[in-house]
Amino acid sequence: MTGTPEPAPDTPAVVGRGRLGRWRDQVAALGWLVVVWNLLWGDVNWANLVGGLLVGGAVLVFYPLPAVSFGGRLRPWALLVFAGRFVVELVSASVHVARIAVQPGYRPRGAIIGVQLRVPSDLNLALTAEAVSLVPGTLILEVDRDSGTLYLHVLDTHRPADLEVARDRTLTLERRIVRAVGSAAELRRIETDPSAKGTRS
Amino acid sequence: MISTIANWLGAGCLVAGALLGLAAAIGVLRFPDALSRMHAATKPQVLGVLLLLLGIALRLRSPSDLGMILLVAVFQLATAPVAAQMIGRAAYRSGRLDRSLLDADELAERGSGDGSARPA
Repeated sequence: MTGTPEPAPDTPAVVGRGRLGRWRDQVAALGWLVVVWNLLWGDVNWANLVGGLLVGGAVLVFYPLPAVSFGGRLRPWALLVFAGRFVVELVSASVHVARIAVQPGYRPRGAIIGVQLRVPSDLNLALTAEAVSLVPGTLILEVDRDSGTLYLHVLDTHRPADLEVARDRTLTLERRIVRAVGSAAELRRIETDPSAKGTRS
Repeated sequence: MISTIANWLGAGCLVAGALLGLAAAIGVLRFPDALSRMHAATKPQVLGVLLLLLGIALRLRSPSDLGMILLVAVFQLATAPVAAQMIGRAAYRSGRLDRSLLDADELAERGSGDGSARPA
């Protein structure tokens, strides 16, 4: 989602990630912070580069992030598909919510559903949760990290079938994300899952 | 010629973004409970801000401004859902929701049953 300048690793996904992988994550984070710093100043020069390195290093030292391992690789085409669909869905969701907001005398009903994701890695959970909040009709309420379940509030439901539509849409979104940034193992898991279109509670 | 088109497109984006922001505000005001309101505070609001930024970008067109605008867009996309989730979760846990408007609640059916959840 964020356009981190994370280099697409050409090495196969590291499974047991040791110090090297952790180190690579730190370098990528530092690179991103330097880019942010330069963009904030609106100018790329040596002073900003050095300043960015100092500030970014301080941020990483004083506010260390939990290790979110990026075991996958970026697939440009799938990323493009995800981004394109994301924009389309963001627009349609916005128009929909805006319409029922101004419709006189309309009280939208809602529902809370749990959707179990097929790839319960932290990164996938976070990305899917973010994306789900911005696309049609759904909003994250609660994340159960142990079981990889997202609890969503669905707006403007009319019949039980609407809940299944929302569930399917969430799983489709997850698949697009995994296709874009997931590791090979995650991708296999999601492509072979028989319940891709099924109903899960 | 090109700059005229960009200016008009930018103006169109600004107006569309402002209208979406207005719709989001009306939604926050009118929707019946906190959870529905959060829907209004995320989707139309985020798209409204993005359109405003696009409009500004089309009118300013200088690289340093574009960088800043890109940053605002990225952080808007990354933070708005988080804020909405925190508010939605707080509303749910403190019971500030209108159950007569809910068709289903699978979160309450989980585990402890009282709707309170373990910290994520």
